[in-house]
Amino acid sequence: MTDTQIPVTTRKDWTSDQEVRWCPGCGDYSILAALQMLMPDLGVRRENTVFVSGIGCAARLPYYMNTYGMHSIHGRAPAIATGLAVSRPDLDVWVITGDGDSLSIGGNHLIHALRRNVKITILLFNNQIYGLTKGQYSPTSEQGKVTKSTPFGSLDTPFNPVSLALGAEASFVARTHDMDRKHMQEMFRRAHDHNGAAFVEIYQNCNVFNDGAFEKITSKDARADNLIPLVHGEPIRFGAELEHGVVMEPDGRLRIAEVADVGEDALLVHDERRDEPGLAFQLSRLARGPYEPTPIGIFRAVERPEYGAAMTKQLLEANERRGPGDLTSLLASGGTWTVEA
Amino acid sequence: MSTATRHQTTELDRVVIRFAGDSGDGMQLTGTQFTSVSSMFGNDTATLPDFPAEIRAPAGTLAGVSAFQVHISDHDILTPGDQPSVLVAMNPAALKTNVGAVAPGGTVIVNVDAFDERAFEKANYTSNPLTDGSLVGYKVYEVPMTSLTMEVAKAAGVKPRDAERSKNFFALGLVSWLYSRPVDGTLGWIEKRFASTPLVLDANTRAFKAGYNFGETAELFEVNYQVRPAALEPGVYTNITGNTALAWGLIAAAHQANLPLFLGSYPITPASDILHELSKHKHFGVRTVQAEDEIAGVGAAIGAAFGGSLGVTTTSGPGADLKSESVGMAVSLELPLLVINIQRGGPSTGLPTKTEQSDLLHAMYSRHGEAPVPIVAPMTPSHCFEVAIEAARIAVKYRTPVIVLSDGYLANGAEPWRLPDPATLPDLRVEFATETNHTEEDGTPAFWPYVRDEETLARPWAVPGTPGLEHRIGALEKEDGSGNVSYDPVNHERMVHLRAAKVAGIAKDIALLEVDDLGGIGAAPVLVLGWGSTFGAIAAGVRRVRARGLSVAHAHLVHLNPFPSNLGEVLGAYDKVLVPEANLGQLAKMVRADFLVDARTLSKVQGVPFRAAEIEEVVLEMLGATSGTTIDEEDVAS
Ligand code: SF4
Repeated sequence: MTDTQIPVTTRKDWTSDQEVRWCPGCGDYSILAALQMLMPDLGVRRENTVFVSGIGCAARLPYYMNTYGMHSIHGRAPAIATGLAVSRPDLDVWVITGDGDSLSIGGNHLIHALRRNVKITILLFNNQIYGLTKGQYSPTSEQGKVTKSTPFGSLDTPFNPVSLALGAEASFVARTHDMDRKHMQEMFRRAHDHNGAAFVEIYQNCNVFNDGAFEKITSKDARADNLIPLVHGEPIRFGAELEHGVVMEPDGRLRIAEVADVGEDALLVHDERRDEPGLAFQLSRLARGPYEPTPIGIFRAVERPEYGAAMTKQLLEANERRGPGDLTSLLASGGTWTVEA
Repeated sequence: MSTATRHQTTELDRVVIRFAGDSGDGMQLTGTQFTSVSSMFGNDTATLPDFPAEIRAPAGTLAGVSAFQVHISDHDILTPGDQPSVLVAMNPAALKTNVGAVAPGGTVIVNVDAFDERAFEKANYTSNPLTDGSLVGYKVYEVPMTSLTMEVAKAAGVKPRDAERSKNFFALGLVSWLYSRPVDGTLGWIEKRFASTPLVLDANTRAFKAGYNFGETAELFEVNYQVRPAALEPGVYTNITGNTALAWGLIAAAHQANLPLFLGSYPITPASDILHELSKHKHFGVRTVQAEDEIAGVGAAIGAAFGGSLGVTTTSGPGADLKSESVGMAVSLELPLLVINIQRGGPSTGLPTKTEQSDLLHAMYSRHGEAPVPIVAPMTPSHCFEVAIEAARIAVKYRTPVIVLSDGYLANGAEPWRLPDPATLPDLRVEFATETNHTEEDGTPAFWPYVRDEETLARPWAVPGTPGLEHRIGALEKEDGSGNVSYDPVNHERMVHLRAAKVAGIAKDIALLEVDDLGGIGAAPVLVLGWGSTFGAIAAGVRRVRARGLSVAHAHLVHLNPFPSNLGEVLGAYDKVLVPEANLGQLAKMVRADFLVDARTLSKVQGVPFRAAEIEEVVLEMLGATSGTTIDEEDVAS
């Protein structure tokens, strides 16, 4: 199929006939739109594209894509996608998940998919709440959160999804948010093109159960001073006049400084291809939560052997060494004897 | 090696030998090789390995004893033997845990070097069992295996500590002499197996020969024995364990279905050997993923099945628990999937290395909702091959998960297997959907994933990569036909019935239950109904009953869900039905519920298979006979 031309498509071709059933005003709509609009530009075929999801509001997304798809069970999408991607390297496999789905019940599958570096593109819709079960706190909810299940405030320390992915040996880690279509599309495109497991955290507003969770950093007038764009090869700076920047202290800590005070040359230059993940991890911890200046963009994009391709290679090598499998010789491989008539 | 013998050689029709020692003593290896050489010699064989769950329990303790029982005979046999006639005990702990099983008057060969005060203490012996009279009634041979081995192995140049480790080869040599086994096969095997460590190879060879020659020259043994080859059906044979047969059956099934084989699995005793075996056969295109957990193992297999592979997951009880939700999803997705459960003692972690058949009701009912799954169970180690193929046939034809219930006894037990001709294996090829199958109201062609085949009720298998058939499936209830999410109550009821009817309908497509009743179905007063690994013990027990001139029938289920369509008729033909099971009566419960038959349970949950005599005893009681009537034990094969 590689020799024939990829047909020209539009958003409509990628949109299924199913009525979208998220709450009006939900951030999921803009993520879906960004994705449907991006697909025609990715140079892929609909029939070779599969969206796999688990359970949660985000997990409904595959129904709305006119591709192959599976809406599976809670937390298991990365495992299912692993089996599919490993056995069908010709496919483009996406995982659509949420903070409860892949950081709580499916946490194990997420970290191992990242560690293995299977070629799947994981989009994590982080709304810091359980939406589908009507408003309990999630593993990314801020400590002290008052919800139906935590009337006196939640006690748990939240996960930082980007830190978690980096700690799980992810080769591609990015963050974006539902208020910026262009940025989302850029992150999705880069994640899709990455040869390995790609992880994108999307700050997504749940206007019903956790409205405004990211407002302090993503609202139009807050963005300039609170979103720190990471651009490969560029000094890390932000603000309407690019007047703020990130510097490294002599003791190795990162700090936000005024460019006027420290000078341009003191700014940290972002390197997404740095093999050693420590600096990316530090950047992921720059903000304590989505209420103070927070880096968005690609934290890490490094090349590592892709699991499915490595397995295919083993299969081909075995085939070369031993020839194609033959049942007769398999059955005789344990040593035989003959009973004569 | 000398072949001239001053000993008299006595012919035996069969013998049961148990090798027992510390888990570090290599008893499994010794037993396996003795079996293999006996099979190659032409005997019929059956084995029962028995090892501890701990990898290396403290040396010399009762918990660390590992044993291997093998039954060899000059005629066809069905079980590893009720009672060993010979016990080889490498230390006091091995003696203590195994001597009780030995037949009265049996032979006990001990490694006398290992019998000292410290070893008695570890084995909880308060006095020396060799001298305190506790072995009266057995023929006891005291052989200084360790010191004789050390002597010859040191000559090979290995360190004293390593020299001692060859003593199981001494034992193997001695028993090989005692039963007139050919030696070339074992010598060749030692050479191959230890090729990379020449010193060890040399030491083991010398120890083996020393053991053989000891029997020949030491004048300790008055006689040795010969068990002639059995008159087995002509053909090419191999010795095979259940797990290997299962792995090969999966490869064969994928080959016959022309589908790539994909295994998602998490290591667990006693199923891991299937993962190991399949991982070796990459040249067959077999992909194996050692998953992060049991759930991921089955999840990956479901993902691969969606993509057009024969998806398989292997596990044992605790893992089967964890997979239940995903298997339920596969029921709803209606994708082919094989779930292999090598049952072990439960509940919970239970007895990881011991056998049990206690997951039948789990396989039937462990999923929430109405989620029927076909179940098949192999009867013997080699039968695992055929059952793997049958499970795959049902899975791909009906687009359903299928559970295979093997168990620890079948998994590790071995028997000679007459190799099938691959050309005779069934054709399992499936056709993926390539065309749309529905027309929308406006006339546009569409693909509906839940349109069913009228005969099988299976839905189309349309794999990603097929243009024009893009569709979404999911674990939510879906509309009949279109597959769109549907919460409609009437539709839900229809779907529940359709899924149930699909699985129930498989009964039309499986073999009728065969009944072994010499006078024809219904002739005998008692039917013994079994499933799975009890086959050998039941068949042997039935032989023993018949040897008394009494009549009894035996039927053995391979398909547990759905049942063969004539099961009700068969059950109705008998006044009394006995169901022996390594559980508290799970199959009995199922047949009682389905057929209102007064089935009697014979239960055994000791982690070991039934003995033929145990079946015999209960059948005799049901026949109104007593086991007091004597039969010549030796004349009855078990
Ligand atoms: S509950 Fe929240 S996340 Fe879910 S659809 Fe509604 S707004 Fe969106």
